[in-house]
Amino acid sequence: MRYYDKLIFELSRPGRSGYSLPDMPKASLPEPGSSIVWRQTPLELPEVSEPDVVRHYTNLSQMNFGVDTGFYPLGSCTMKYNPKINEEVVALFNGYHPLQPEETTVGIQSIYDFMDKALAEITGMRHFTFLPCAGAHGELTGLMLIREYHMSRGDAARTKIIVPDSAHGTNPASAAVCGLDVVVVKSRPDGLVDVDALKPLLGPDIAGIMLTNPNTLGLFEKDIKQIAGLVHGCGGLLYYDGANMNPLLGVVRPGDMGFDVMHLNLHKTFSTPHGGGGPGSGPVGVGERLVPFLGKPRVSGFHGNFGVILRACAYILALGKENVKLAGRLSTLAANYIKESLKDCYKLPIPSVCKHEFVFDGLKDAGDVTTLDVAKRLLDYGFHAPTIYFPLLFHQALMIEPTETESLQTLDSFIEVMRKIAAEASENPGLLHGAPHNAPISRPDETAAARQPILKYSKV
Amino acid sequence: MGTFAYFPHTEEDIRVMLERIGVPNLDALYSDVPDEFIRKEDYDLPSSMSEDQVRAWFESMAARNTRLKVFAGAGAYDHYTPSVIPYITSRSEFLTAYTPYQCEISQGTLRYIFEWQTMICALTGLDVSNASMYDGPTAAAEAMRMCVASTRKRNTVVASSRLLPNVLEVLRTYSRYSGINLVETSDVAEAVAEGTLDLAGVIVPSINRYGIIESHLGLAQLVHEMGGLLVEYCDPSALAVVKTPAEWGGDIAVGDGQSLGIPLCYGGPYVGFMACRSELMRKLPGRIVGQTQDAQGRRAFVLTLQAREQHIRREKATSNICSNESLMALWCTVYLSLMGPEGMRKLNSICYENSHYLKRELLATGLFSDPFEGREFLKEFVLQPLCDVQKLQQALLDAGFFGALATEEGYVSFCVTERRTREEIDALVKVVKELAL
Repeated sequence: MRYYDKLIFELSRPGRSGYSLPDMPKASLPEPGSSIVWRQTPLELPEVSEPDVVRHYTNLSQMNFGVDTGFYPLGSCTMKYNPKINEEVVALFNGYHPLQPEETTVGIQSIYDFMDKALAEITGMRHFTFLPCAGAHGELTGLMLIREYHMSRGDAARTKIIVPDSAHGTNPASAAVCGLDVVVVKSRPDGLVDVDALKPLLGPDIAGIMLTNPNTLGLFEKDIKQIAGLVHGCGGLLYYDGANMNPLLGVVRPGDMGFDVMHLNLHKTFSTPHGGGGPGSGPVGVGERLVPFLGKPRVSGFHGNFGVILRACAYILALGKENVKLAGRLSTLAANYIKESLKDCYKLPIPSVCKHEFVFDGLKDAGDVTTLDVAKRLLDYGFHAPTIYFPLLFHQALMIEPTETESLQTLDSFIEVMRKIAAEASENPGLLHGAPHNAPISRPDETAAARQPILKYSKV
Repeated sequence: MGTFAYFPHTEEDIRVMLERIGVPNLDALYSDVPDEFIRKEDYDLPSSMSEDQVRAWFESMAARNTRLKVFAGAGAYDHYTPSVIPYITSRSEFLTAYTPYQCEISQGTLRYIFEWQTMICALTGLDVSNASMYDGPTAAAEAMRMCVASTRKRNTVVASSRLLPNVLEVLRTYSRYSGINLVETSDVAEAVAEGTLDLAGVIVPSINRYGIIESHLGLAQLVHEMGGLLVEYCDPSALAVVKTPAEWGGDIAVGDGQSLGIPLCYGGPYVGFMACRSELMRKLPGRIVGQTQDAQGRRAFVLTLQAREQHIRREKATSNICSNESLMALWCTVYLSLMGPEGMRKLNSICYENSHYLKRELLATGLFSDPFEGREFLKEFVLQPLCDVQKLQQALLDAGFFGALATEEGYVSFCVTERRTREEIDALVKVVKELAL
């Protein structure tokens, strides 16, 4: 990776162009002055040639790290390998308009049907909607279904939702957007939901509970059966946040644990690329009693992110019934292997067996070295950083999730580097404070960025 | 083991790892899970396919669809995708990257988002853009929420009933659960002028569901007098030539970036955009990229103003959006770089020429009347059919055309982009003429 300083606007020269359009010399628009509906202000876009564009974006790409570049031990993000065949099949479907009559999209409808059945089988749900475009969008949709269910029963007072303190930030945010009040339930010292603290929260105003299982500490909520019984007993429903579904892929089905509604992140568990922050896809599955409401919340424009759904479908076909049973197990194997290999130099607040991810609370022998320093130093060694400062239960949280697509050699070299960084922390902490040293840029001034925001390019 | 291409583990690797952990087998890693929840049976899924079989499976599915010449729009437009775009967006460094939280190794993503934000501001005329939303309709829903959040204690949003049907549907969904009072009306100005509403905002289309470019003369002033914000729903491709939200005096612009070079792909992935005046910057949902300097004083880009976002503010965040449509924003950014101001103008000229030609020819068949005579349109228009709509649609389908989309009001709509040749248009008209006989 090397630093490249240009913005596309700085390559612009008046009169240059990179477009290719059919030649229609007579085509013209009315004069801007002929009606008030036409644009008056000149449009400031770059004027660049096709080779300029290709070289510019190629140079930009070379300042980026991706799964194909190296290992992402990024907790709760499941950065597994993105198979290449998945990309190729999408091109077969590019030309279809979303409003085409169904009799002209028979193959597309079959793919949706296949995915509905496959995801229902994998999760123990009855049916899925594919409209949500990402995980948080799925959460919102799922909560809408819960509200719809209660409203249909005239149970309008159920406007509170229980969320554990260890939950992903999207959970409370989605609840708020759905018009629900968030009630936080605390975790016990062992990291699991405190069932005794949960009991007094339950009542006729509770719409349900949002859980991710395993939770964000990578711990399986083993009291889930009791929790499900209690929440159902008070008339509430259980939402499963599928962000942490990967360790259960091929092992445990959320539907079997008593969950009524859930989302999946196809861009996590089902191998579709993250694209620098999307597009994702967050299909929502429901159990029997929510099926009648599944089509009701119209949460996106057409049929969801079909291109992403296609990629996930290709992954499921390649995985098949044979390999699906290994995916979750191998991801759990990798996480426990790293945890056991590093717990002598990083603080492990909860020592029990983890699932796909686990959390260190910083270095054992930290001095003035922070989790941020460790994360930035990892970049120098060619690894992405873990998720840091989340969950909020620990001050120096380093959340590590390796996935099942990393080899033992990769895991070993990551472990070696983490141990080396631990040694550097005591021998030469300055090296860590100043990291990264080998990235395209060093640490930027984020305070200045927020204090005096520069959010678009303007000519000097 | 070792026979599936995506899992690198050999039997020996697994043995070494289990030994380090101190457990006898893989299932022992799930000893904390109650046994009743461990799935013992096989999953009812197909057997693992080879890559060649996967390809063949999708080819067989694709063969069951019918490729049509698209003469429809309604929020998804058949514009050409320059081949440069998929080459750039399929680069692994962009495609397989995570959200750019680790800015030191994400300058590529951060820079193109900064460029996207700049281009969205150029198209809309507004000051600030975010990094993207899911699609146009959800961007409109977020704008509705932003109006309520920005005007404090005001809870009514007036939406024009001439917005695209799918935009209205998503607005209804979001308002239903968040308790926003959504008022749909064909006469926005009249509803606002009555002055009886606790008005937070007004959402109007730049180009409406009939393809007509709307005039919003005086609307911004009226909405502001009543204490609300003006949101305009736009086709960004058309904004190169139609009056911008800023020129109408609007506060927020939203829409779908699909018309900027993103393939139809049966409805997604597309990308929503959202821009606003600088005063509203801290109420803008989603990620925003800002410019700063690194420790050596070099220009650098970071995610900024994160105090608005869900991972910091949780239930008090402006929005729950986390993953957006970053890679699709790159599609549009590369597209606009290639097109430039002149390309965008020329593109719109061709659409204008093509669509006006088709409309004239269709009217000449005598099978339609023009319900909106004299109103300016760009690439999409509706006609009042004087013939059997189903017969018309079937005849077009049989000839390989997708057009004459029936609207709720009983019109049929057509859209003609630069991709439709004069021969294709003439062929479509010929099919219609044969119906007249």
